[in-house]
Formats: sequence, structure tokens, C-alpha cells
Amino acid sequence: MLGKLRRLNQDASKIALEESERLPSEERRRFLRSGLFTAGGAMVGGALAGIAPKALASTQFPPEIPPWTRTLGPGVVTDPYGVPSPFEKDVIRRNVPWLTADKVSSISFTPLQHLKGIITPNGLFFERHHAGRPEIDPQQHRLMIHGLVDRPIILSMEDLQRFPSVSQINFIECPANGGMEWRGAQLNSLQFLHGMVSCAEWTGVRLSTLLQEVGIKPEGKWLLAEGADGAAMTRSIPLEKALDDVIVAYAQNGEALRREQGYPIRLVVPGWEGNTHVKWLRRLEVGDKPWMQREETSKYTDLMPDGTAHGFTWVMEAKSVITSPCPEMPLKSKGVCQIEGLAWSGRGKVKAVDVSVDGGQNWQQAQLREPVMSKSLTRFSLEWKWDGNPALLQSRVIDETGYVQPTLAQLKQARGTNSIYHKNAIQTWKVNGDGSVVNVQLS
Amino acid sequence: MFSFHKTPRLLASTCCGVILASVPILGAAEQTGYYGYGEPATDEQIAAWDIDVRPDGMGLPEGSGSVDEGMAVFETHCASCHGAFGEGMGRYPKLAGGDGSLTEDRPEKTVGSYWPYASTLWDYIHRAMPFFAPQSLTDDQVYAVTAYVLNLNYIVEADFVANKETLPQVEMPNHDGFIWEDPRPVVNNERCMENCKEEVTVSESAAGKNLTPSTTGPLDEGITE
Repeated sequence: MLGKLRRLNQDASKIALEESERLPSEERRRFLRSGLFTAGGAMVGGALAGIAPKALASTQFPPEIPPWTRTLGPGVVTDPYGVPSPFEKDVIRRNVPWLTADKVSSISFTPLQHLKGIITPNGLFFERHHAGRPEIDPQQHRLMIHGLVDRPIILSMEDLQRFPSVSQINFIECPANGGMEWRGAQLNSLQFLHGMVSCAEWTGVRLSTLLQEVGIKPEGKWLLAEGADGAAMTRSIPLEKALDDVIVAYAQNGEALRREQGYPIRLVVPGWEGNTHVKWLRRLEVGDKPWMQREETSKYTDLMPDGTAHGFTWVMEAKSVITSPCPEMPLKSKGVCQIEGLAWSGRGKVKAVDVSVDGGQNWQQAQLREPVMSKSLTRFSLEWKWDGNPALLQSRVIDETGYVQPTLAQLKQARGTNSIYHKNAIQTWKVNGDGSVVNVQLS
Repeated sequence: MFSFHKTPRLLASTCCGVILASVPILGAAEQTGYYGYGEPATDEQIAAWDIDVRPDGMGLPEGSGSVDEGMAVFETHCASCHGAFGEGMGRYPKLAGGDGSLTEDRPEKTVGSYWPYASTLWDYIHRAMPFFAPQSLTDDQVYAVTAYVLNLNYIVEADFVANKETLPQVEMPNHDGFIWEDPRPVVNNERCMENCKEEVTVSESAAGKNLTPSTTGPLDEGITE
């Protein structure tokens, strides 16, 4: 109902915008005013809020007094659930059509180039579905916990929320993030190269609390998590991790999980491969051995040059990337600019980030922006005076274990080019003399 | 909500109030069933949802299916995406072939060349296939398709009948191809700060490759390959 209203609102806004763009500026002003005072009503009001700045911006700088300063805007609850300004319409998740057979089992990318701070807005969190996004009525959803436990139970979503809750800020990254680039530079975009990582504040129940409640039998060593989607997505997780920092989350950045993120509940397995954070969670089983499911044998295993494969490579190793400038955000002019980026590690906190502007010959330590949290995105920045000459920008993260982010050449030497997953190499951006930025690789 | 227990009470004479307030809660929450929320899961409920199958055969149900029966089921439900002989269609996965290709430049990871356990095949077909109608096959049909796909890969003979006894006995060609312990970190970069390398050579550039969908405007459906 509300969604439909919002769509109508946006449609109205689009139509009004198109209407007004056909008119000369004086007429446009009249059009806007008449709209506000004759039509009234939330829908038209919402449309006005959207069109006024864009239609008139070129003529509203000082000494002009813009019309939005001299009129009334739409009232409260015009958008009962707030949506971004229509001027932010480019800031959306996007997909690469040639990457997957269809959109049902596919991926979309977070527009990292537009984001500030470390929290990913819920509507922009990257998506990875194996069988599409199920529509689940929380009243009809249950979580079963069974296997090698003393008291197998079935919990409603209301039951879950009665347990003590915790909140923690963690990134989630698909291990295939950047996996298209092992053999060379293909995509010229921060969003498509690195946008399979997002970060949110997750709220839910510690898995240790739930496992304590059911009582693990002494032989219990592993946990199977299973989703309620059409892929019934599963992963085996060792109990040691399950009892450490894993949560069954029902909220994301203060509100219920988005459907794309597993509504009504998902697992959050801090620092580990995104696919272990099983969405639409319906079942947790304790066992004495791993289950060797499809998603931990035929997929999400790393093929090495000698033909052997590494399995259970859960941890997302430390990685960083410069988000400004980047292909989508070129440099505007010579002179002082702020190089900014994101760094993260599945093993803990980011200790330091270094930035190079000469392709890794020399490095300077960047500033880390607070807060710096374990298994969370961390923002860094470095002031740089660009002289207008071509430059090769890189960032290199060091995490609290002392691990230093590798170069692509080092990583390829160790892993070859067929492992698909876990490409956490240093990214190189080439800044051209005109300020444009290109994804390149160094030999 | 919570009850006080003997241990904390004993501490009462020696501890301050602040510590006392937290000790009993922590102590009691460690007990199984402390909160008592939810309903006990019955055997029937568990049996209906517990669909996972392990390499040792745990979880495999009664029933059976032959290679021949599997061919018929496969042609109806699977071939439109995977091809009649598991050769794959478009970007849908190839299921057969690729033997010995894992060290090649373009490895083909199929059931025959890559999958380490036959049980995974039954488990995955049962839980997630056919792609457009998951969990719609009967257990016998799943056994049959499993037998057929194994036969496509020359792992079992044409007279093979899959059931809960025979399937765990099937040895997959790449069973020993996996290391189930993460060796990382394996790359040790150094945190050099100055004069770290003699020269810098750009070997690859995404410029002009025309593979990148637009990152402005509406979703770009134009670039299909």
C-alpha cells in the first residue's frame, strides 16, 4: 500500500519534471506555484519537492532568492517512509548482465563511489541471491534448531526477539568481489570492481545464546545453517566460530532486515565469506562433521594452478580500495584534493593504510577515520596535491595481525588466475592528465 | 523472569551490589532451557525439514533410481538448462566432462572433474533443483537423476541403481583434489615505504574494453558480453 503510494509519488514527480523542463524558466516558476496552491494534496506536494531545484538551479544562485525559499514545501508524512531526493537517482545498485545466466541467481553491486562514512544504506547493500529473493511473512516463518542438542526447538520471530539482543557493525563481502579481474583489467568502475562489499549495524541474538539454550551435546563440532529460499542455501560452520561472534540478525541499521538481506532473519558471520551469512535462515543443525554441501565443494572453493583446490577458506583477508578518485569520480582540477577510501579485514581491525601516487614506489601513511572497528569497513584519507601529471594511485592496508595487503602480481604468483575467489590485491587507478581515472594493472 | 541461584547468594556477603546484580543472570543463562522460549521441535517436524545429506550417507532416504530412469527425468526437468548430456547451455552450468582440465588454462569444473562427493549431488538436486521448481522431484527421481549425472561422467556403469547404500560407496574422481584447511595467509607482502621498486609498468588497462555497464542513469541492460 505504502509502496504503491510512493511509486505514484515518484511517477508524479517524473511527469511534473518533464512537464516543467519543456517550459521557459519564467513559465516554469508559474507552473510550480500554481501546482502548489491549486492542487494541494500530498502527491502533488511531493512532486514539487522533487522538481523545484533541478528545474531552476541554473538561475537560482546569489543574488537570486530561490523559489523554495519563498514558498511552502510539502508537509510531514508526504513520504511516510522517506526516500532519497530524486536528484540522487543515479545512486543505485547495479548489475553486470553478462556475468550471470539470469537475475535470479545473480549479484548486484553497491555504489561505493557515492557513499560516505562506513555504513551502507539498506537500499544500497549489495545483493547475492542463489534462487531469487523470497517474500516471507514473518508470522509464517520459523527457525528450527536441532541435531546434536539436548532440547531441539522451533522459534517464532517473536520468540527470537525476546532473547537478549546485541548490535555490531560488520562488513559482508562476497569472496568473488573483484573475481572478474584475475586475467586482466576488464571493468572500468569502482562499483563493479569492488561493490560486492557493504557494511551495516546488525542487531540480533548471539548464536552462542541460542546454542546455550538448546544445549550442545559433547560430540557437536559443526553447525549447518540453511536458508528458506528456493536454493535452501547451506553452509557448514565450525562451532568454534559459531560460538565466537556469530549472530542471528533480525535488524539492519536500526530497522528490520531488508528482504534482499534475508528478511526476517539471517546469519551474520563476522569477517567470513558473504555466503556463510545465510539469509532467510530457517534451520540450524548441530553435527559432528561438516556436510560438504554444494556451496562449499563445487562452489566457494579455490582452484590452485597445480589442480588442487582449497576448501573452507572462510576468512576475507584484508583489502582496501581508493573510492575517490575512481573511474566514476574523476579529479576536477589540479591542486589540493582528498584521496579517500575504504579498508577492511576479516581477521580484525585495520591497523594502518598506506597510499602511493606513483604505482607503489613510495608510500605515505593515510589517516584512519574513527570509528575503527573489528571486521568493519574503515575509512581512510590522505591529502594530496595533484600537479596535473598522470599518476598511479594505490592503497595498501595492514591489519592488526600484521598482514599486509598483497600486490596483484604476488597474489597471482601464489594462486594463479583460476581461483575466482579471494582476490584482495592492491587496486591501481591511473589518473590521466585530464583528471579521468582508469582501472589498470601493473606487471 | 530469572531466578537467583545458590552460588551468587554465597557471594552476597563478600561482593558489592553492582557485581551482584550481574552475576546471577550470567550464571543462569548458561543453563540449557533457561529462557524457555519457543516450542520443542517434534521428531516429525525435524524429519520434514532436515533434508541435508552427508558424504557418509547420513540423511539419505529410502527409495532408489536407475540411470535409465534418470535419463527420462533429466530430459524433462534438467536438459533445457544443462543440455541433454550435461554439456551446459549458455551460462547455465556444464555438468559433465572437463576431465583432467583443472590444471589447464581454462579449467572446466564439473561433477566429474571437480565435485569431491557423490552425496552432494543428491543433496543439491533435492534441495535446489530443478532451478525453476526446487524441491518438486520425488526422492526416487532425485536418486535417478543422480545416477544419470554420475553415468554421464563415466563414474558409474549404465546399470547403476542409486540408493542410500550404493551412493555413499561411489568414489568421485577428484575426491582427493581438495585441501580442507585454509593455508592462508600465503602471500607475505612487506610494508616498504620508500624506493620500493625500480620501475612501474602498466600491463593492463580497462580503458576502451567496452565491458562496463553505465554507472549513471537507469540500469544498463545493453552490454551483454
